[in-house]
This record gives sequence, C-alpha cells and structure tokens, in this order.
Amino acid sequence: MANDAINPYLGPVSPIFGRLTWDWIPYHEPILIGTFAGVALGGLVVLALMTKFRLWGPLWRDWVTTVDHKKIGIMYMVLGFIMFVRGFADAIMMRAQQALAAGGAEGYLPPHHFDQVFTAHGVIMIFFVAMAFITGIMNFVMPTQIGARDVAFPFLNNFSFWMTVAGALLVNISLFIGEFARVGWLAFPPLSGKDFSPGPGVDYYIWALQIAGVGTTLSGINMITTIFKMRAPGMKLFDMPVFTWTTLCANFLIVAAFPVLTATLALLTLDRYVGTHFFTNDLGGNPMMYINLIWIWGHPEVYILILPIFGVFAEIAQTFSGKPLFGYKTMVWATISIMILSFLVWLHHFFTMGSGANVNTFFGIATMIIAVPTGVKVFNWLFTMYKGHVRFEVPMMWTIAFIITFTIGGMSGVMLAIPPVDFQLHNTLFLVAHFHNVAIGGVVFGVYAAVAFWWPKAFGFKLDDRWGHRSFWLWVIGFYLAFMPLYALGLMGATRRVNAYLDIGWQIYFVVAAVGVVFILAGILCGFYGMFYSVMHRKELACGPDPWNARTLDWATSSPPAPYNFPQTIHVRGLDEFWRMKKEGFKWSTHYQPIHMPHYTAAGVLLAAASLVFGFAMVWWMWWLAALSFVAILVIAIGHTFNYNRDYYIPAEEVAEIEAKGAAA
Amino acid sequence: MSDHSNAHSHGTMNQLMTGFAMAVVLTLVPFALVMSGVEMDRTLLIGIIMGLGGVQVIVHLVYFLHVNSKVEQGWTLTATIFAVVILGIVLAGSLWVMHNMNANMLPMDHDALMGGQGIGLSPEVDHSNMPGMDHSTTGN
Repeated sequence: MANDAINPYLGPVSPIFGRLTWDWIPYHEPILIGTFAGVALGGLVVLALMTKFRLWGPLWRDWVTTVDHKKIGIMYMVLGFIMFVRGFADAIMMRAQQALAAGGAEGYLPPHHFDQVFTAHGVIMIFFVAMAFITGIMNFVMPTQIGARDVAFPFLNNFSFWMTVAGALLVNISLFIGEFARVGWLAFPPLSGKDFSPGPGVDYYIWALQIAGVGTTLSGINMITTIFKMRAPGMKLFDMPVFTWTTLCANFLIVAAFPVLTATLALLTLDRYVGTHFFTNDLGGNPMMYINLIWIWGHPEVYILILPIFGVFAEIAQTFSGKPLFGYKTMVWATISIMILSFLVWLHHFFTMGSGANVNTFFGIATMIIAVPTGVKVFNWLFTMYKGHVRFEVPMMWTIAFIITFTIGGMSGVMLAIPPVDFQLHNTLFLVAHFHNVAIGGVVFGVYAAVAFWWPKAFGFKLDDRWGHRSFWLWVIGFYLAFMPLYALGLMGATRRVNAYLDIGWQIYFVVAAVGVVFILAGILCGFYGMFYSVMHRKELACGPDPWNARTLDWATSSPPAPYNFPQTIHVRGLDEFWRMKKEGFKWSTHYQPIHMPHYTAAGVLLAAASLVFGFAMVWWMWWLAALSFVAILVIAIGHTFNYNRDYYIPAEEVAEIEAKGAAA
Repeated sequence: MSDHSNAHSHGTMNQLMTGFAMAVVLTLVPFALVMSGVEMDRTLLIGIIMGLGGVQVIVHLVYFLHVNSKVEQGWTLTATIFAVVILGIVLAGSLWVMHNMNANMLPMDHDALMGGQGIGLSPEVDHSNMPGMDHSTTGN
C-alpha cells in the first residue's frame, strides 16, 4: 500500500483504466498477499467442490434466482456470517496491535493500514453484518408470523438482497485492488473530502453504501407493505406478534432515515467528484452539516438494528417461559415510543462539537428519556419469566445474557447522555465499550438466539445443544473480558482509534481485552462447528413443526416450511393464534386449493451485478464502463417490466402431495 | 370499510376539480405578489410564499393523493403525519443545531481579519458574517 506516494490527481488518468494502475495492487504487503492467497485458495476449493457435486445448477435455480422470502432470509444470514468473519478478523488485528504497541513499540500495523482496518471493521459490522442479520431474520420470520405466503413484492426482495451483496463485494474488492477509506465508519469531512483523502478508499465507501442502501430502502418499503397488506384475514394490528410489531417499527425507521444517508453521501460524492463545497469551509460550505445529517440517519440506525432483536427476545422469553408475554400492549407502545424518540437524540453523538448548553441539555434529556420505554421492555421480559416454567435452552440462555449485558450497556449509555460527562468520555474507549456492550450484548446475542430458535423451523432439525452451550459461554465470558477493560481504559483517558500509546500502564488492559477476543473466537468457532455437527447429525436431531411449544403462527407451518408456507388460509381470532389452534386440536383440512405463487427471476441478480460494475467503475473513474453499466442497469430494469410470465399456480394435487410428505416426516 | 373507501380511492371529478382550482389559486397568488412588485417587507413576502407552499402541499395530499382518516383504516393519514413529524424534527432540529453551533464557535471574522483586528472576540456575534449564514454567498 504505497498509497502515500501516489497522488492520483497528479498521475495520468487513462481513458480505459481510469486512475487504476499497477501501483494500486498491494503485492508488496505481506499481510494482504497472505489474505489474498487464503481467499483465493478457499475460493478455488469451493468452486472445485461445487463443480464436482454438480451444484451450480441447483444454486442458480433454487437460491440465486429465488423470490421465496425464507430462502432470501437464509441467504441474508449466510452473507451476515461471512462478513462477520471478515469484520471479526479486523477486530483481531486491532486487538493484537493494541496489545503490542505500548510505550514506544510500534506493533505490526502501520498507521495507514490500522486506519483502514478500523474503518472497514465499523462499516462491515454495521452495514453488512448487523443489517444483513436483522433483514434476514425479518425476512424469514415476519411473513409466516402474519400467516402470509410471501412478502408483498417478492422480486423486489430478491433484488434488495443482491444489492446488499454487491455493496459487500465492493468493500471486499477494496482489500486487494486499491485501498479502503481511512476515515472512520462515518467518513466525516473534511478528512473524507478530496483534499485529505484523494485516493479511491472513500469512493469505495460511498459507492458500497449507496448500492447496499438501495437494497435496504426497498426492503424497508417491502416489509411495511407486507405487514399492512398481507396479514391473514382477521388479524388486527394488535393481534400481531411482538416481533412483527418491532419489524414494522424498524422498517418505518429505515424508510424515514435511509434517504437522509443517501442524500448526505450524494452531497459528499458531489464534493469529491465535481468540486462542489457542501462540506468544506470554502464558499459557504460547512462540514458540521455533514456530521449533523449523518447522525440524523445514524441514531435511528442503531434502533433499526436493535428493535427487531427486542422482538426476537420477546418471542423467545414467552416461548421458553410457557406464558403469554407480560404486557403485550405496553411492549408495542414502548416500541412505537422508541421509534419516535430515536429521531430526537442525534446530537448526543457530537455534544463536544460546538453546541451550546441549551442544545446539549435538550438532547441529553431526550436521550435519557429513551431509557424509559427501554426499561419498560426489560421489566416486561423479566415479568414474562417470573413464575413461568423457564426452560434454559440455548435461545433462553442468550436472552438472559442479553438482559444483563444490555442493561449494563444501557446504563453506560445514560452516563454518556450527560453532556458534562460526555465531555470527558467523548472519543475515548469508554464510548467504544458502551456501543459494543449494546451492539454485541443486543444484536449479536440476539442473532445467535434467533438462529438457535428458528433453525429447526428453517431446516427441520435442531442445533446440537452441547455445542450451542459451549459457544454461548465462550462468547459471554469473552465479551466481558474484551470490553470491560475498555471502560477502564476510557476512564483513564485512552482515546479510540490509536494504533500505539506511550503509557505502559494501559498495556495489561489491552492484553486482557485481547484474551477476551480469543475467547470470542473460540465461541464463534464452536458456533460454526455446532452448525456443521448438527447438519451431520440431522437424522438424530430431526424435529416436528413445533419443537419449542411456541405461540405464534410461524410455528404452524411444517419444518422446513413448504414454498407456500400455509396450505390453507388461516382465520385469525386474536393474539397468539397458534396457541389457540393447538388447544383446539387444529388440523389442516385435506381439501386443498391451487396456490398462487410468484415465479423465480434472474433480473435481481443481473441488476445487482451491473450495479457492482457501475460502482467499481465510478471508484476508479472508468467513465466509459460507468456509462455502459448504467445503461445496462436501465436496459435490464426496463426489460424486466416486459416479463409478463410472473406467476403460476401450484395445483391442488401437488399441495396434497407435499402436505402428505410433511406429515409423514 | 375498506371496500367503501376503495371505491372512491381515485376521487370524484368534483374533488379533483376543487383541488385543481385551489392549486391554481395557491400558485397564482405568490406569483402575482412577486411579479407585481408590491411594496412589502422581504421577510414577510418569503413567509407568505413558504406558507402558501405549505398549504399547497396539504391540498395535493388531500385532493390528489386522497389522504384522509378513512383510507386503509386511517394508516395513510397516520403515515403522513409520521412523515411530517419526522420532516419537522429534521428540518427544525438541523436549523436550531447549526445556528447554535455557528453562534458558539466564534468563527474567524473575515473582514476583521483583513483589517488586522484579529479574530472576532466580541461577544456580540454578527451572524451575517458566519459560514452558512452569509446570504451574499449562499443566498443564491
């Protein structure tokens, strides 16, 4: 990465390759060469195995072109786990560097590389891990919870997924061609402007987020429409399971907040590409406007991630306590309150950047108020467990660890909400500890809980218990070892994003944190091995449609669900309809009707591929390729509108056949 | 209920014409105010134009997009109110935040610097000389 020596504004811009030259290929970086060799080798092995077992056809026909919300949900989860490994590798590198680089030692990562690593870690973990996970869970679970056959716009769902993949690919391409941004995960100007970041790193950041953002926004519209339009007959809004409610609120936030991100990044793009001055001090521009706008998106974003996870924990708590959820209505209203309040607190991310006492006080108090509905939720989960027959299965273990960990993270959040305290702690590792405390304790624990909970529904067999518990304990211990020292370091004044420090008194804390990361690594490996082990032992672990004795309609389908989810339309009479059905001894009637279904289509993946090429071309200033791929996007999109062969009927006999098979298994 | 409202979801001719007439009036009034060059305080004039623009938005929502409390069990109206609330928070909040920052950051006064009087240390901050508040450079 001899990027420091390159000034792309001085180098020649080739009409064919834009500003891409051999100097941008980091063949003199041993770490990157090693990574590249590993990725290439692993990729070749996968390609060879897929060819050997003739899996290309099934992959294309059954998965890539699918419009089935369950398969798309599973693909989102796969994307999330792959990117999670990438983001976690970045975390290991940072922890190792900081454990080494004390008292004048330089460690092994030079600053420009370290800066790319923490930027990539943040961007990947938020946009391509957490977002992929929650979108995957919402996709898989929500339509079955409301008794629907699919989402409202099945093709759009496929397109959204592949746009997210295209964004993720663009970030990963930057590892081997060029560089990634060195500006932190939100790319504040003027550092991210063309004067201070002339290389392609920030452009990779911008185009990756813009492409993935199209997918996220469309997916948000899709989910809202699904919840409003596709509910089973009789299901009123206050009959919806809590997870569906939290999905609805999270997607309202997506639709309201993501356009702000898109617009802000578009203005930054104009600053970088055509020389406008929205976010530079020249000609009336103002970098603080970027920080203001990006956090108007950024704060709702954290609630976009956590709200669906709150729903996951509510479903798990009621199922494994054998009781209806305590305070269903307060849970819904708490979710709605958080949805509105999340738009009133963005300034707490920059208390120290020049606002006066009145502004800081307003946003500080607004932030503390969010703790109230969140507290309502915590008490509801606790009272749901109170006097219940709590079964300590793996999903419930994650739920209990979440309640404890998230409460600690929430309390450090309320501390940071006090502006005078924030003046001490802003940009320190205390903040890093806080948001990992809520992001890992909330979102990551929630994803592990959700995977353990809905895995039997997705594949028809449970995950192995022992490996699940091993993964759980290693994760939880590792989390506390890795992040509690960062609270202490932050209080001692250690700032975030440093690749070396002088005070050797800090080193022991960084070493403990690095040990914690080793525990987390072991937890992740146990989790993956548990999945592998369970697939190998799927015969012994096989289970029926309702292995946990659950309460909501997603468990009324067979496991795995048939493509059409429900063989007949369900008429809903109230909350926890599936519980009522079980009590009444419900059986599907054997008089099946033909079922109307959408066709699979390749248009989504083709559009996303053209978008990926467009993004790459824009990053490297290959204008001809950008124009060509943009035209391709238009042609494919318009071409797709002439595809009238959109739907088909599954004949009644086939439905009967599938249902007979499901009943036998 | 939804069947009833769906039958009218595209509105009657009467509704559409009422909306059209109101939209025309609401467009012609500010246009006339500017073109005729009436003697009026500039701030008041801008206020009137913005206000009529706001009314225009409501007319479009009600008469052309048929937002009312009955369609879709009232969700169309609820969603519109949500959007307006968020928009209000974002716009008003941004103006407040940015104005407050500009007032607090005591940015370098260009003219004062040129005159060799150092940076603007006067507690009476003149907003017209601040980045983003300077109408001579950003007002167009």
